[in-house]
Parts: sequence; structure tokens; C-alpha cells
Amino acid sequence: MEFSEFLDTYLLPTAIIVAQIFAIIVPLLVAVAYLTYFERKVIASMQLRKGPNVVGPFGLLQPLADGAKLFIKETILPSGANKILFAMAPMLTFILSLIAWAVIPFDAGMVLADINVGILYLFAISSLGVYGVIMAGWASNSKYAFLGALRSAAQMVSYEVSIGFVIITVLLCVGSLNLSAIVEAQKTVWFAIPLLPMFVIFFVSALAETNRAPFDLPEGESELVAGYFVEYSSMTFALFFLGEYANMILMSGMTAVLFLGGWLPPIDIAPFNWIPGPIWFFIKISLVLFCFLWVRATFPRYRYDQLMRLGWKVFLPLSLAWVVITAGVLVAFDIVPTPLSG
Amino acid sequence: MVQAIAFYAFAFVTIAAGVMVVSSRNPVHSVLYLILAFFNAAGLFVLIGAEFIAMILVVVYVGAVAVLFLFVVMMLDINFVELRQGFMQYLPIGALLGLILLVELFFVIGIWSFSEDGSMLAAVIPIQNITNTHALGNVLYTKYVYLFQAAGLILLIAMIGAIVLTLRSRPGVRKQKIADQLSRRSEDVLDVVKVKEGEGV
Repeated sequence: MEFSEFLDTYLLPTAIIVAQIFAIIVPLLVAVAYLTYFERKVIASMQLRKGPNVVGPFGLLQPLADGAKLFIKETILPSGANKILFAMAPMLTFILSLIAWAVIPFDAGMVLADINVGILYLFAISSLGVYGVIMAGWASNSKYAFLGALRSAAQMVSYEVSIGFVIITVLLCVGSLNLSAIVEAQKTVWFAIPLLPMFVIFFVSALAETNRAPFDLPEGESELVAGYFVEYSSMTFALFFLGEYANMILMSGMTAVLFLGGWLPPIDIAPFNWIPGPIWFFIKISLVLFCFLWVRATFPRYRYDQLMRLGWKVFLPLSLAWVVITAGVLVAFDIVPTPLSG
Repeated sequence: MVQAIAFYAFAFVTIAAGVMVVSSRNPVHSVLYLILAFFNAAGLFVLIGAEFIAMILVVVYVGAVAVLFLFVVMMLDINFVELRQGFMQYLPIGALLGLILLVELFFVIGIWSFSEDGSMLAAVIPIQNITNTHALGNVLYTKYVYLFQAAGLILLIAMIGAIVLTLRSRPGVRKQKIADQLSRRSEDVLDVVKVKEGEGV
């Protein structure tokens, strides 16, 4: 094979894909850093405090200072820990929170991998997230970490079930598993309106899936110190932290794609459709993220049995019933979406 | 070329992980290797264009079944020395089972490739221009609907069986009844009393 041919068939596409990956990941990491700042500011103003305001103007350099602090600290490997798994767990959490972004559409056609089973891929990746937590808890060889991991595993598996049913309901209304097709199907009306109960269930399940308040029992600091990452320090801790916040942004992105019309403007008329799609997507993600933080500042932590009850006895029957109702309505009024080819 | 490299990478990791499942000392490592094997098998499915099955494999086996495995195995109190003792004892029967499976696989593949009407074993409908989710749905809910329902029933029975086996009602346990709590009204439980000074209630 000639070198130029090799260049054209392999090197060039690889370079383009790598460039695209960086174009997604770099803004994402900046967003993660500033999400922590946003969180501290929002909660501070809800609690009538000032929040970070010392490092840089309005405290804007605070996330960078925190990052630098974590970076120069010492990584501690507990002597009783399973070293390989202990080091692998934070990496796994972080990688999983990044690779899911490959299928998220930012605008019409603006997506890294426009695969047919996009939503299933997202669901699969988010269901893998539990391994980072379990491995961390087990490898730490510490009872607090282990208890946190057990709680988290049970919780994430439970809430995945209702998330699955919510996704099925949306798919019934779309007729495709492709994320771009899901967004395009919301041209007339966002699914948040006809499927409002599902939207609420999805949002609450997303809180549980990302281990956020009021479902942050895995790290419940009042009983488990910090839960599964109690033994982690410096960059290994930072990777968990980044992974958790990237997952929050991802779940907000999923909410935006499934229910809030992704990159579409609210109404397709002049002042709204001047604004480009990615900006709309960004605004919607920010809005959902604000709700995440709002919930954290507002609600006390759930008790564990109540958490399980909510997942299995409330959300599961409700979402299952809604799947049946949606399917029934679609068939009865003969508005089943036709399968898209390709 | 890229497909070939990807295939050999996935296949090699799958087999290596499979070997490690059997041979690793620590059961938790075994389960983690099993997860790796599942994951790479999903990669192989993607390579033959069965993306739906690949994703379902990850969601169901890696995301749910293996989590429960890991959950149980992590909490076992295991003596590793004791665990290795029965190894030679179980080796013959294990080898026999492996051999039977291998022979059966040979039969299946042999019939597939040598029989006259081998086409009946191939894909039922030619897939053209539809995603394999639609293709699967088309056969699963039409041609095989009764088998599909039967599989569902079997799973339901298995679930009920597991619940019946583990359910025990303990007397004297105080349980939270949410409906009772929600139906409480302040008039029923609260009494506002005007207390006279120096007299008490």
C-alpha cells in the first residue's frame, strides 16, 4: 500500500475523529469544572451565603485552584487494598462518563457517532457506571467504602429499571432508537408535555442514578464518612469527582434529548430559530442541571428503605402502566410512528 | 483490515478473559473477568452488525446480571486454600462437560455448513434497508410470538419462585405504612389547648 493511500484511508479519518473527540471532551471538562463552581454559587445564594468569591473575580478561578490542589496532593494506596482494582475504579468511572458523549447529538448532524441504537448505547454505558463504584468499594478493603458500594449498587440497579421503561415509552412515540431521530420527532411538541409523568420519573431516577441528593446515600457523609470513595485521595478522588459531575451533565443531556427537544428551539419562529442548535442544547442542559442543584439545596436525604420503596413500588408500576397506556393510545388512534429505514 | 484487527483483538480478549474466569484465584476477579468477556462478546456482535444484540448483552448481562453476581460474591466469606482443594476432584467431570459442549458445537456448525438445505438455518428474512431492531421486532412479535410469550412466562415463574423461596413473614416487625401516614389529618392527632397559667393541661 502506498503511503499516501494509507494516509487517506486511515490516518486522516483517525486524525479527524481524534480532533472531534477533543472538541467534545475539552468543553465537557471545562463544563464539569464550572459546574462545581455553579453548584457552590447556586446553593450559596439559596442559603443566603456568598459562595466562593476569593480566588479570581467572583471566585471564577476557584475550580482551577481546587484542581491544582488535588493534583499536587499525594496519592495514597491503602496497604490492605487490592491495588490494581483500586487504581482501576476511578479511571473506569471517569472513562465511562466520557465515552457516553459519543452519541449525543448537539445539532442536526452534529454528532460524533450517529449509531442506530444510540439510546441503547447510552443506557448500556450508564448501567456500567455501577462497576466503578462497586470496584472502588470492594478494592478499598474498608467497611465504610464497602457499605457505600453495596448501597450504590442496589440503588443504581433499581432505578435503571424505571429509566428503561421511560426510554421505552419515548421510543414508542418515535419509532427509532437513534438519538437524532428522537430529537427530530419532537418538532411539533416536546415529549415533556404529552409524557409529563414520565419526564418527572426520569428526572427523579436520574437523580438516583447519579447518586445525587436526595438519593446520595452511597456517600451519606453523616453515616458512611464519604461512602465508596472514602479511601481515595488526590487525583484518584478527583477522577471520581469529575466522573460524577460529568455523569450529571450527561443525564441532563439525556433529559434534554428525550424530553426537551434537544437542539430544537421551543417555538420554530423568528427570534427563537436565529439562535443556533448547540446553544439551545446548552441552555436546556443548564436548566436541568440547575434543577439538580435546586433539589440538593431543598430536600433532605431519603432513608434507604424509602428509596427502595420509591423505586420498586412507585416508579416501576407507574412507568410500566404508562408504557402500556402509551402503546394502547398509539394503536387505538392509529398514530404508531412508521419505522424509519436506514 | 481494521475489522480484522478489531475482530482478533475482541476474540483474543474474550477467550483470555474466559480462561481467567476459570483460573483466577479470587472469585471477585473471576466475575470481573466474566464481565470483560461479556463486554468483548458485545464488541464481536457489533462487528457482525448485530448492534441491538450487542447493546442488550451489555445492558442485561453486564449491567444487571453480573452486578448481582458481584454483589453476592463480594460478600462471601471465602477461604482461598479450601477453595482450591476440590480442584483435582472436580477436574474430570468439568473436562467431560467441556468435551460434550465442544462436540455439540461441532455438530451444530457441521450441520450448518454441510447440510443440503442449510439455508433454513440462516437468517429468516433477508435484511434490507431496515435496522436490526426493526428486523428483530418483525420476527419476534409475529412468527415467534408464542415462544416469546412462553419465555416471558418462564421468567415470571422463576421470579415468583425466587420470591416464594426467600419470603418469610416475621411477626412483630414494625413496618412503615405510607398510606396510613399520608391519610393522617392534623385534626385527628393534634389538639390545640389553651393552657391556663399555673394549672397545666
